[in-house]
Amino acid sequence: MINAVEVKNITKRFPGVTANDRINLEIKRGEIHAIVGENGAGKSTLMKILSGLYQPDEGEIYIFGKKAVISSPVKAIEMKIGMVHQHFMLIPRFTVLENIILGSEIRAGISIDNKKAKKIVEDLCSMYNFSINLDSRVENISIGQAQRVEILKVLFRGADILVLDEPTAVLAPQEVKELFLNLRRLKQEGKTIVFISHKLDEVLDIADRITVLRRGRVVGSAVPGEITKEQLARMMVGKPVLIDLKKRETDPGEVLLSVKNLRVKDPGGKSVLNGISFEVKGGEIFGIAGIEGNGQKELAEAIIGLVNIDSGSIKIRNIDIKGLSVNQIRKMKVAYIPEDRHKNGLVLPMKVWENEIMGFQRDDKFYKKPLLKLKSAQDFTRSKIREYSISVSSINQAVEDLSGGNQQKVILARELSENPDVIIASQPTRGLDIGATEFVHEQLLKKRDEGKAILLISADLEEVLALSDRVGVMYNGSIIAEFKPGEITLEDVGIYMLGGPEKKVSGE
Amino acid sequence: MHLAELLASSFRMAIPILLTALGAVYSERSGVVNIGLEGMMIVGSFWGALGSYFYGPYVGFLVAMLAGIVLAIIHAIASVTFKVDQIVSGVALNILAYGSSRFMSQAIFKMATTTPHVAGLVKINIPGADSVPYLKPLLTGISPIIIITILLVPISEFIINRTVFGLRLRAVGENPLAADTLGVNVFRMKYAGVLISGMLAGLAGAYLAMEHTGMYVEGMTQGKGYIALAAMIFGNWTPSGALMASLLFGFAESLSFRVVENSFIPYQFIKMIPYMLTLIVLAGFVRKSTPPAADGVPYERNAG
Repeated sequence: MINAVEVKNITKRFPGVTANDRINLEIKRGEIHAIVGENGAGKSTLMKILSGLYQPDEGEIYIFGKKAVISSPVKAIEMKIGMVHQHFMLIPRFTVLENIILGSEIRAGISIDNKKAKKIVEDLCSMYNFSINLDSRVENISIGQAQRVEILKVLFRGADILVLDEPTAVLAPQEVKELFLNLRRLKQEGKTIVFISHKLDEVLDIADRITVLRRGRVVGSAVPGEITKEQLARMMVGKPVLIDLKKRETDPGEVLLSVKNLRVKDPGGKSVLNGISFEVKGGEIFGIAGIEGNGQKELAEAIIGLVNIDSGSIKIRNIDIKGLSVNQIRKMKVAYIPEDRHKNGLVLPMKVWENEIMGFQRDDKFYKKPLLKLKSAQDFTRSKIREYSISVSSINQAVEDLSGGNQQKVILARELSENPDVIIASQPTRGLDIGATEFVHEQLLKKRDEGKAILLISADLEEVLALSDRVGVMYNGSIIAEFKPGEITLEDVGIYMLGGPEKKVSGE
Repeated sequence: MHLAELLASSFRMAIPILLTALGAVYSERSGVVNIGLEGMMIVGSFWGALGSYFYGPYVGFLVAMLAGIVLAIIHAIASVTFKVDQIVSGVALNILAYGSSRFMSQAIFKMATTTPHVAGLVKINIPGADSVPYLKPLLTGISPIIIITILLVPISEFIINRTVFGLRLRAVGENPLAADTLGVNVFRMKYAGVLISGMLAGLAGAYLAMEHTGMYVEGMTQGKGYIALAAMIFGNWTPSGALMASLLFGFAESLSFRVVENSFIPYQFIKMIPYMLTLIVLAGFVRKSTPPAADGVPYERNAG
């Protein structure tokens, strides 16, 4: 049996890093082959080589036994390789059908033969058991459905090899199940699937074979059923990892953050928070789970004072913060770790020390009218670099040249430096590797044990459940369920993430 | 004042705005803001007059469209290929258009601000118009350009919404990266959008010079390029929307002429009507309309 994909000694270098180092890989026709590895292990680079976005520096690729030079995404699809990107490449204002046919339209003269195109896509849908309304606009469909549109896009182009890059990152558990049903169906029909992930449970569930990458190299391969999750994790990280966090029992103290009936409207007047209430006590992590875009971002921004409150109240240590500026709120010992560190957490082209004092630049510590106290700012930065073991070449390095983990450490060091009582942590480990993620988790737990109140907002359900003392699930601007981790099953959390039990969750 | 006459005049005033607004729809749906439309109208009016002066009106219109396209090519090279800020590039073109027309006018006609009288196209009379005297102003003396322009509205709707070209043009204006990964040539689509806008703006300028005034006069576009942009926004980036908005602006302009004739309100205030209307419309309606998602953002193919 010939291999669908065979990669021989592929090497790809970027300035300062070898992203793929002599990678060898065989993917059999008709199998679901998972490629796992930490962030930065080289998974995405390998996939971009397969999909024609990057050219390898060395090595050869064989597609269905034939040597292939994949010089562009268009070339890749000619060779029957279809890429389903992690970040959807869809046009929200177009209909599902328009998104699918774009670039490979069925023509009738100069116009598009919509009828014929629709027929072809409908046939695909029924063949692979996809149910989706082709005439809805993509902006109105769910994330799970958007992903199906992406898969249909490559099927419409005749792909036999589907490459899915972290396809479950954005999905709720039920949607993951559905995706897996679709994938198994595709496999039955003879398609080959390359499944990139770092979620080990899912990989063990869906894959026929697993290849593990670490630091640009293939470090092993495995077959589910012959390997445990722990073994796989060890292979991926290179050392035994703690999957369960050590969490001390604490005695929650007084309420430090209280939100009551909070309502917020977006600039267009649409209601994004519909009367949210919760309290966070000292020594407690309150986790917010939920699919992104259900008001989490607005909630964090309302507490730190970035968006205006429509009605309701937010109290820090029983003081209403309505009408206070961000600066005034921060002065009340509130720290904020924003979800997008590049946009809101750092000024990327500026130096490490400049970023480290940002927001505190008018404190007496760093400021003597009208000048900054350079020396004390830089000494401060040096001490933080030591304390948080941030790896930088100098404090004058631009923060954009640091790795994601080190960038997040710069933010943590800054935000935690004033010993805050309330910490808003929004997606604090997004895009970080396991080591850096662990570090962030440790810091948050440490602050919890010190008696601080922490609001943890994360799309990573496992993270929320592992860290939090109590969890609220946000859906459509409301907290529709609150519970303690362990009280309900992962399944049930998933149901709430999709709107609660009263909503039918099926492949509509 | 005759109502039919007022309507006919509104139509005539609306045409250059509509033509240019249609062009703007093509450009902006491909994701390129074209504030240089004013300049493209200016060169259209001058080169149209020049062409007509030497070779007659047909050549005049062709030359005008070419002049608009030449300016559009500069805009496309600057803003699409070299990713210069689209507003900066457009404003520079407006200055270039103004200066070059004045220079050429001086060089060729020895007059900086006007050309001699030039011929327009033969006007069309709808047969039987004499039998309905009331509608006579609407049905007689129609410039063929008016008919072409009106036809261009449904044609553009068809092109943008039903053809392969239109789908790709819109895709590029909404999400160029997505279009690129599907093998759509992003740069070619953007060039096409900008060039079509230049051609139509050039045609609109020539219409002003040859069909309205019978000569080129410096400053005769009077900011109609900008008003056209407003009309396109007001019309929510669609050809038929642009038609409605242009008719409104045309009506305001022709009203401002009529009111002058029989009113004691200071003339300058009346003259403001179309511009005030533009401001009010933009301030009041822009929030409700939705531009293409990637409008005004240069597309950079980023390997990472």
